[in-house]
Amino acid sequence: MARFCPGDRVRVLPNVVDTHHRTPSYVKGRIGRVHALSGSFYDPEDRAYGGTGLPKRELYLVWFGMQSLWGRRYRGGEEDKLLVDIYEQWLEPVGEPAGSQG
Amino acid sequence: MGADHDHGGDHRHPGLAEDLSLSDPARRLLAMEELLVEKGVIDANDVRRVMDVIAARAPVDGARVVARAWIDPAFKLRLLEDPRAALAELGYPAVSGAMLAVVENTEAVHHLVVCTLCSCYPTSLLGPPPDWYKSFAYRSRAVVDPRGVMREFGLEVGEAVEVRVVDSAADLRYMVLPRRPEGTEGMAEEDLVALVTRDSLVGVGAPNQPAVNS
Repeated sequence: MARFCPGDRVRVLPNVVDTHHRTPSYVKGRIGRVHALSGSFYDPEDRAYGGTGLPKRELYLVWFGMQSLWGRRYRGGEEDKLLVDIYEQWLEPVGEPAGSQG
Repeated sequence: MGADHDHGGDHRHPGLAEDLSLSDPARRLLAMEELLVEKGVIDANDVRRVMDVIAARAPVDGARVVARAWIDPAFKLRLLEDPRAALAELGYPAVSGAMLAVVENTEAVHHLVVCTLCSCYPTSLLGPPPDWYKSFAYRSRAVVDPRGVMREFGLEVGEAVEVRVVDSAADLRYMVLPRRPEGTEGMAEEDLVALVTRDSLVGVGAPNQPAVNS
């Protein structure tokens, strides 16, 4: 059962495991939004060490605004985005920012 | 590795050039492969068989999928929603391992694919990735300055177009469905296939323009 839905605001946890994982460092601790559910897959953090990878983990395609990731150094439009697949155990819900327009 | 399995001395791997100096990761990979064979986990031919399957695929296979999506809107929908089933329709049955996902370029959105963690690529459909796709330069710069990277490939994406960089860090392998070039209405499917470049399937390029008949 997926914990998040498309549109949900989420933060990538700064650290879940120090061993093998598929979360790129540059999005750790960053806030994004769920773009889509990518499906459920064998857990790579377990499979990397000979485990079965069960239970399967939900995977989400999460988007981040390029300018929120890189600030003014980013050379491109305000709407430019980075999308990355993140496993559910690396995500926590975040409330909407004050004064947000939805 | 035991003393009886040293990669120095007169120990040789068949097919490896004798003057090839192996990097540490390459030595580790060979050692692991030999251990798996010695312990009976895999057969010596298993690795070769998988490599043969991958080598049998090429960007033209992705181009065929794209051309079909251009001429058949219903197929395009199935390709975006259930790539596994759509690919099987065209004679590309699912291979074990990673699943393919397709992202569509439109007038408003342009996708670029990268794998920052390693070099994940839709190998099961497109064959082995180009060397630049695996380079540190591409993998690090594509997420920070995608427009600059695309410009170096000769692709200028308009300011009004939203750039979406997809970092295929986990279990999905992304392929771009590029926009159909203008002036290709009525072209035969096989002629459309010839317009689709490998670069356009990764998002660093656009399909070729059709030749103008004189």
